[in-house]
Amino acid sequence: MTSKVPAAMALACLLAGSTAHAQIKIAVIQELSGTGATAGTNFKNGLELAVKEINAAGGILGQKLEAAIDDTQSNPGVAKALALKAVDDGAFAVFGPTFSGSMTVSMAQTRNAKVPNFTGAEAAALTQQGNPYIFRTSLTQMTSMPKVARYIATGLKAKTVAVIFVNNDFGKGGRDAFVKAAAGAGLTVAADISTDAGLVDFSAPVVKAKRSNADAVFVYTNEEESARCLRELRKQGVTVPIIGETTLTGQRVIELAGAAADGAIAHVGLTAEAPIPAVREFRARFEKAYGAVPDHNGIKGYTSVYLLKVGIETAGKLDRVAVARALHGLKIRAAKQPGVLMDVAIDDNGDLDRASFIVQVKHGVQEVVEVLPPLAKF
Amino acid sequence: MADLLQLLVSGLATGSIYALAGLGFTLLWQASGTINFAQGEFVMLPAFAILAFSAIGVPLLVAFVLTCILAVVVLGWGFKRGIADPLLKSGLMPVVVATLGLSIALRNGVRAGYSAEAQPFPSLFGDALFHAGGVTVSLVDLGTLAAALALVVATQAFLTRTVTGRAMQAVAQNPTSATVLGIDVPRMIFYTFAINAVLACAAALLVTPTYLAKFDMGESLGTKAFFAAVIGGFNNSRGALLGGVIVGVCENLAAAYISAAYKDAVALAIFLLVILLKPQGLLGKPVERKV
Repeated sequence: MTSKVPAAMALACLLAGSTAHAQIKIAVIQELSGTGATAGTNFKNGLELAVKEINAAGGILGQKLEAAIDDTQSNPGVAKALALKAVDDGAFAVFGPTFSGSMTVSMAQTRNAKVPNFTGAEAAALTQQGNPYIFRTSLTQMTSMPKVARYIATGLKAKTVAVIFVNNDFGKGGRDAFVKAAAGAGLTVAADISTDAGLVDFSAPVVKAKRSNADAVFVYTNEEESARCLRELRKQGVTVPIIGETTLTGQRVIELAGAAADGAIAHVGLTAEAPIPAVREFRARFEKAYGAVPDHNGIKGYTSVYLLKVGIETAGKLDRVAVARALHGLKIRAAKQPGVLMDVAIDDNGDLDRASFIVQVKHGVQEVVEVLPPLAKF
Repeated sequence: MADLLQLLVSGLATGSIYALAGLGFTLLWQASGTINFAQGEFVMLPAFAILAFSAIGVPLLVAFVLTCILAVVVLGWGFKRGIADPLLKSGLMPVVVATLGLSIALRNGVRAGYSAEAQPFPSLFGDALFHAGGVTVSLVDLGTLAAALALVVATQAFLTRTVTGRAMQAVAQNPTSATVLGIDVPRMIFYTFAINAVLACAAALLVTPTYLAKFDMGESLGTKAFFAAVIGGFNNSRGALLGGVIVGVCENLAAAYISAAYKDAVALAIFLLVILLKPQGLLGKPVERKV
């Protein structure tokens, strides 16, 4: 028994020694299996790439990053348990989960422990609960819709718009934000058409949209419904511009809708096709490392680590509360911090503002047709 | 007016698909007293089989023919021998319960074994559009309507004009007398199951480009087809056509003129009205049963 004491002491010294050299421990809680596997894996890959780059360049304040990766299995219960584990393990910051449902239940753990929590989740409500430790890595409906409305009014020179939306939390949230933004942009909503989730026959909603004689049709539904809606719009010979937000021109929708997706326009917050040199270079590095083109979650994962880096450097010390405080209200210029890829502003709720893109499907491929500036001035 | 015509055309196309699946309900009921609540899944499975054949480079129509052969064996013979024959001896209720279970098993089997995501499906007809008097009609809608109508008429002609068809009707009306007349009753019943399987394949080929191939695509289709069969008359093959068209057109009109939320409710409302006022269905004949 006594012979084990020196060994235990030696181990304790070793552990103490390792913390003295200090690594900045970050916890990555992502959907690596289950329905969110594509999103979570992309986020994780982007994040790991950033960690490698930052460590190769000497770390943050001279300390290296060490990422502990865990899989939520796309399950909110597991995500909550993993957030608790991350906090217990002394993580300096937590990255994820990406599913809004998982984030809703897991963020209480990081909030209680005052650990900055970066997320790719996009539900508007997440940042409206006064949590000072949550930080987005992408735009939300509240920031996207004013840009879409402005583009329809000025870019497409439309006066009226028909709105087809899906009657669930995602669709209603987007519809409300869009209608509000449309009024602000001087657009008249000529038809406000609700559709059921899982709807297969879009002939009636499309007839209603046509009957309104609107100058443009705004479609805000989930992926499968978007594809069916695009098919029906083409089937009924609708020729006015068809616009959506992110989902409408997603790769999955393009595959499902086939030729009917050609010409569809959408506003996207992040895309690897962006005509920005920093994004192009990131895309090339990502492709080299993982043999695949990053999706928007890959970009979110990559830039999120750089947001933390800027936060720590601005605070000047490894203090979680100080870092969270430093990030709020911060405007980061990509010229000075190339890792964030694009100029970005973080508001007091942890929401982001940055440039975004109007893309159009041409011959089955998404092409960027316009870069929309951020709402804030840099 | 143009809107109304537009809605009528697409409603007719959708309704004709309900009619195809509904026809299977009436055929099985007439020939063997079976109600198949997995009828929607009988449309979903061939859709995935066609996709699987297409994936290995088989042209669409050849894939369809191969799927029909496979369906006759699995959904026709297999279903008859595995579920209908052994359970019918104990009455109708075990068959109903078994087919309900079968539908759940097939849905979840495809979800777990293939994918939970919708898959694109090639269309038999091109993307051509025709414009006339403010109405835009697509070749897809016209083709679907024409193909479904042709199949219903052909089935009807087969049943009434051919010796085999008449023998099948004789079996449906009175199996004992049919046996006395020298008709091979089990064979005639198998033919009915086989025709049902082929009709399901045809419905899959016509409807999947719109519905997209997905494990749960048969759920609403099966229900609507059942409504169509009951509305038209469960013991009349032409009734399924009428019922299908009524359901397809009415739900389209309701979605456009009342609210999208009432789309599915309309089919249910007509179903209830018919059950209350004319339980044998619009074209069905009252049947007396011995207790």
